[in-house]
Amino acid sequence: MPINYYIVLALALFSIGIVGVLTRRNAIIVFMCIELMLNSVNLLLVAFSKMQAAKNAAVTVAGTDGQLFVFFIMVVAAAEVSVGLAIIVMMYRNIHSVDINF
Amino acid sequence: MSITQILFWILTVAALFSAIMVVSSKNPVHSVLWLVATFFAISGHYILLNAQFLAIVNIIVYAGAIMVLFLFVIMLMNLNKSAEPIKNRWLQIVGIVSGGCLLLVLVAALRNTEVAKNIAEVNTGDAGLIKNLGKELFTTFVVPFEISSILFLSAMVGAVVIGKKD
Repeated sequence: MPINYYIVLALALFSIGIVGVLTRRNAIIVFMCIELMLNSVNLLLVAFSKMQAAKNAAVTVAGTDGQLFVFFIMVVAAAEVSVGLAIIVMMYRNIHSVDINF
Repeated sequence: MSITQILFWILTVAALFSAIMVVSSKNPVHSVLWLVATFFAISGHYILLNAQFLAIVNIIVYAGAIMVLFLFVIMLMNLNKSAEPIKNRWLQIVGIVSGGCLLLVLVAALRNTEVAKNIAEVNTGDAGLIKNLGKELFTTFVVPFEISSILFLSAMVGAVVIGKKD
């Protein structure tokens, strides 16, 4: 599969995430669109790692570091979601709304 | 057209459609469920690229844990009534146009690059198998792996401190 299909798919997902961040007012949905952007970058990293594995096929570990970067992005995203949702809950408790231009 | 290409196009259409539904659905609970569908489509792409470890981790961590956390928060706040105040119509149009402009510029910049001629191998290759990834993770990347445990500990403490009723 040519790599530019994967690049265009990841760019489309990233742009949909940006449109969601710019057009929605619910803080939780804005946060979910940020998760969508993170996932599109993950998909692109996996596609590039498989591209590296195809280019130097003699090395068995070619491309594993790209997939480990995806693993670390998932780790950071999990930590970020827990703290971010705690902040949103605190905001809801104080002003009784999750509207971002209150 | 081989079966791999057919699966690629089906998964692509599913991912893009459910991503658009995440942005455009009024009810936040529906948004979360469409985002779970997007993550399943992306996991299907990972399986197609033979990155099986990441596919399983994506389903377990993202679709299983993080999205359930989102669902919990939405249901605890009782936000599942679709009474969100919508933005000004002009602001919505400007947001859609600027996102489309970003997509257009990036795709146009991609057209003449060298990297676009390469091939990502699908269906074969053992770079994504858990044996190779585990070996690499516990030799080369062992220090970031241990640091990420400290990151999790600090995130847990931070979430408890922020969420505590004072």
